[in-house]
Amino acid sequence: MTRGRLATLKVLTALLCLAPLAWVVLRALGVASWSLGANPVEELLNTFGKTALNLLMITLAVTPVRRLTKLNWLVGLRRMLGLFCFTYLVLHFSTYALLDLGLAWDTLLVDITERPYITVGFAALVLMVPLAITSTNGFQRRLGRKWVKLHRLIYPIAVLGVVHYYWQVKADTSEPLFYAFGLLVLFGLRIKHWLGVRAKRRALVDSKPAMATAYQSIEPPQAGDEPRHHGHHESRGHPTQR
Amino acid sequence: MSRRDGVIQPSEITPESVFLQRRTLLKAAVAAGLVPSALTRTEAAMIPPSGEFADVKSWPGSTDEKPNTFEDISTYNNYYEFGTGKGDPSNNAHTLVTKPWSVAVTGEAERRGTYTLEDILKPHTLEDRIYRLRCVEAWSMVVPWVGFPLGDLIARFEPNSRAKYVQFFTLEDRDQMPGVRSRVLAWPYREGLTIAEAMHPLALATVGLYGKVLPNQNGAPLRLVVPWKYGFKSIKSIVRIHFTFTEPETSWNMAAPQEYGFYSNVNPDVDHPRWSQATERRLGGGLFSPRIPTRMFNGYADEVAHLYSGLDLAKNY
Repeated sequence: MTRGRLATLKVLTALLCLAPLAWVVLRALGVASWSLGANPVEELLNTFGKTALNLLMITLAVTPVRRLTKLNWLVGLRRMLGLFCFTYLVLHFSTYALLDLGLAWDTLLVDITERPYITVGFAALVLMVPLAITSTNGFQRRLGRKWVKLHRLIYPIAVLGVVHYYWQVKADTSEPLFYAFGLLVLFGLRIKHWLGVRAKRRALVDSKPAMATAYQSIEPPQAGDEPRHHGHHESRGHPTQR
Repeated sequence: MSRRDGVIQPSEITPESVFLQRRTLLKAAVAAGLVPSALTRTEAAMIPPSGEFADVKSWPGSTDEKPNTFEDISTYNNYYEFGTGKGDPSNNAHTLVTKPWSVAVTGEAERRGTYTLEDILKPHTLEDRIYRLRCVEAWSMVVPWVGFPLGDLIARFEPNSRAKYVQFFTLEDRDQMPGVRSRVLAWPYREGLTIAEAMHPLALATVGLYGKVLPNQNGAPLRLVVPWKYGFKSIKSIVRIHFTFTEPETSWNMAAPQEYGFYSNVNPDVDHPRWSQATERRLGGGLFSPRIPTRMFNGYADEVAHLYSGLDLAKNY
């Protein structure tokens, strides 16, 4: 994968990520007699919320898919996917606060503190803020291993997101359960990988105790979760590249 | 009249402006004493082959609020037998066969048996009634229904002294209703009222919308409209009416008893366990319209509050 090709892929990914937003904007403007239907606020809430959840799942799928396919350049798209996920999350919350509640702060406060599905949804949004802020190369470099640990927050965020969806539906839980199943698969693949890594280390410890210490100091704690592994430019100064 | 698969084409719908104009003219005429006979004349009601009801009486109790468009009312529906998405019923309900249609009357009543829809409608006079509709999901509409008092129908079946409640059932047919294959609710969909509620003059046996035969997705050919209760009480496509001594089962109560009670009266002071019922989103106002306060009994408190005197509405939600 050349840098030029990766750039093209990034542009294509960005366009795909923007498509749901473009589609609701066209409908909101009534272009070509499209419309947001009888309940436009609900339509916006659903579109933004579901797109955020979809992008979260795709972001979480990058690492296991990369491990399975060896397509290492996929990691180069992950930051963008995560940031678009955050963008849709902010749009989802803004639609709720601005259009649905009309910025009634008292109601907003009551909702966040007393309605469990809103509490968990809001928690997911708040937890994602530090991830978005520290998504830059500079923060990655400065935070080092702490960056990897911090960005593991994405796992509880994903759980909160699916719970938020599950608690919000009236009776038909099939879609939230589908997302929950997807999350289980994604988590399962990671657990399988970590167990594999641990077993390998154990084997090393048993056979060559001296080497194992060296191995552990070289190997990053979760190899697959490193922010980037490719491209001479982007990996420069990466804390775990020693 | 061009009809394709029993679907009412948009071109066949009386434009709302004309519909409302007719009402205004009629009201003015009545006020002027010009057309008293036309309004008091009773016609044998029937489902018109043309799709448009001819002799529909005006009703003085209608709300003055602006009705939602036919488009909104007929494309944003909860009718889980045709799918759980709001657009699913309008996309899928064309498979519902509403002719012939019959209703079974069972339980604590003298005149049990099976009635054809023609039998059911014949002695009644249809009325245009514009009601507010408040969904338990905290959205609302204003809907111009066509129907007749449910109490008049109930009386014909002569419920006996043991009949304290009346239960209604929707059709359950896997071939016509794709949503019935999923077990999201207890099928057939069932709902119930106390006899006093069913006899209340606001309870409407409904056959039309905007002066036309009900679209399938709105519960054709015969549905209930109980405007002071959350929308799910207003059961659609009724095939059975059952009189009971004890409180009957209702589908949403069976699905989530802590969230949906038997009464399910619109009440801004009793929240749904998961969301507030204090305000509602009135559809039709566009993206920037604010929510409006929800009214006790959906604004029909003067008429119906006496039905619940002495009843703890927080417990009997």
